Amino acid sequence: MSGVNGGAASADLTRKTAAELASLLAAREVSAVEVAKAHLDRIAAVDGDVHAFLHVSDAALITAAAIDSARGDGEELGPLAGVPVAIKDVLTTKDAPTTAGSRILEGWVPPYDATTVARLRAAHLVPLGKTNMDEFAMGSSTEHSAYGPTRNPWDLDRIPGGSGGGSAAAVAAFEAPIALGSDTGGSIRQPGAVTGTVGVKPTYGGVSRYGAIALASSLDQVGPVSRTVLDAALLHDVVGGHDPKDSTSLTDVWPSFAEAAREGALAESLKGVRVGVVRELDSDGFQAGVKQRFHETLALLTEAGAEIVEVSAPHFEYAVAAYYVILPAEASSNLAKFDSVRFGLRVTPPGGGTVEQVMAASREAGFGAEVKRRVILGTYALSAGYYDAYYGSAQKVRTLIQRDFADAFAQADVLVSPSAPTTAFRIGEKVNDPLAMYLNDVTTIPANLAGVPGMTLPMGLAPEDGLPTGFQLMAPAREDARLYRIGATLERLIGERQGTILDAAPALG
Amino acid sequence: MSEITPDTVRHLAELARIGLSDEEIERLTGELGAIVDSVAKVAEVATPEVPATSHPIPLANVFRPDVPGETLTTDEALAGAPEAAEGRFVVSAILGEEQ
Repeated sequence: MSGVNGGAASADLTRKTAAELASLLAAREVSAVEVAKAHLDRIAAVDGDVHAFLHVSDAALITAAAIDSARGDGEELGPLAGVPVAIKDVLTTKDAPTTAGSRILEGWVPPYDATTVARLRAAHLVPLGKTNMDEFAMGSSTEHSAYGPTRNPWDLDRIPGGSGGGSAAAVAAFEAPIALGSDTGGSIRQPGAVTGTVGVKPTYGGVSRYGAIALASSLDQVGPVSRTVLDAALLHDVVGGHDPKDSTSLTDVWPSFAEAAREGALAESLKGVRVGVVRELDSDGFQAGVKQRFHETLALLTEAGAEIVEVSAPHFEYAVAAYYVILPAEASSNLAKFDSVRFGLRVTPPGGGTVEQVMAASREAGFGAEVKRRVILGTYALSAGYYDAYYGSAQKVRTLIQRDFADAFAQADVLVSPSAPTTAFRIGEKVNDPLAMYLNDVTTIPANLAGVPGMTLPMGLAPEDGLPTGFQLMAPAREDARLYRIGATLERLIGERQGTILDAAPALG
Repeated sequence: MSEITPDTVRHLAELARIGLSDEEIERLTGELGAIVDSVAKVAEVATPEVPATSHPIPLANVFRPDVPGETLTTDEALAGAPEAAEGRFVVSAILGEEQ
């Protein structure tokens, strides 16, 4: 592979996983500059169609050259040194604009890096740029970005999921091997499902949120996006762990997730593993092809020796309702910081105005329709006279959902479901129907409400439309390693049956 | 049915400091009414004996030693401000004419 200079060889580098690139880089068979260049070329070739990126870094080649030079000097580098990574635009980067998909932050360059971004840099990864998202992570389709939608690499007329459609599409389109996302109600897992990629929402508190622009603080979690379970684990190892700058960050000492994934990939069988199928998340209302692939995957697990048990989580049917009370309530408070004083857009009404009138005019101009909708809904849910009926009740539902998880995990080591009820829908299909859009998250929201980790991995294409479907695994809080171990075994079983799913995606470019 | 009226939306928008056009108020009145009706089902199972959960993994009183650390410089803190002068953020009048 040495002396790669574009063309076919360069395309080869973009098809490699992060783990493969890391090996080639460590063996000095390729340089970080060559790897970065191959991905920047790919972005230049396909991102006009996909629009996964809001900003492409002009420092990537310089960063890569510095890593090559450090390697040449014999410096000790991290296991992913020289591997390119895309960053969801919800994470602050001090060398690049950070907008969270909102007009109100257009052009803002933060004065500090998110802890996860600082850890990428310290581990010598190469940031390629910032990825598109629904404004302030509010959405399931990336159509609510103020900068235009991202398109699904499998079908450019369809959504890539949301809110992290940019990170998932970048990885699915081979523009980046790995990316960071954030998941408040499914924003890593649902895009993973509809783009045929892998995504993990870690245990709440497992990854620092310092510098992650907050949507709903009791739900938000930063996590990895990738094409393989091992790559997600490698990235999780880099960014995870306690951060004193995030007071909700857990002080646990975490095991190596990459080691768990490697063990899982080698496991002979799943004997002794109890897999719980959540009855309420195996709905007849889901798309037929999604259900079909889900049940085929359960059969694979059985063949591999796992014991399938049916579990019931009776309060999951209240999860979407509780989520759409808690999220807007917390968002209305978190988004109060966009006041046109310290950063972001300022719009002064004609003839001037008081600071409050300036705030109202700035937020009117700077926020999109979905953000206005949710902030006003949250303001309602928290207002005197309604607090107990809505927010108070939603917090009780949260307790009931946690109890459902506890009961289910008493009977099963992991819980499973389809990651999303349907394959990717068409751009424009649901954008004007907020309630229909909210129901996309029915499978992913329970994990956020309870703080437990969840993973999606591709389980094949739906026969009726040829689009990817995702299989969700959930583990008890703090048992992220279990997801990587069992997920890697399952990924191998699915691969043995039907090959690599992304190989079937259109070439683009 | 919910009690969301155009006046409710107008009042909430004032509380949230978001200017809205009459058209937006009309659209939001219908949308919020439908959403509120749909989420009201949380009350069905929220009986008095169920305790509330505010955070998925309870943490209380997270302390750190009170020692000086790195902070932003004044210039860094002001770099993104729409308007700054003399090391401070500039805002428009904080009091209306009637005050």
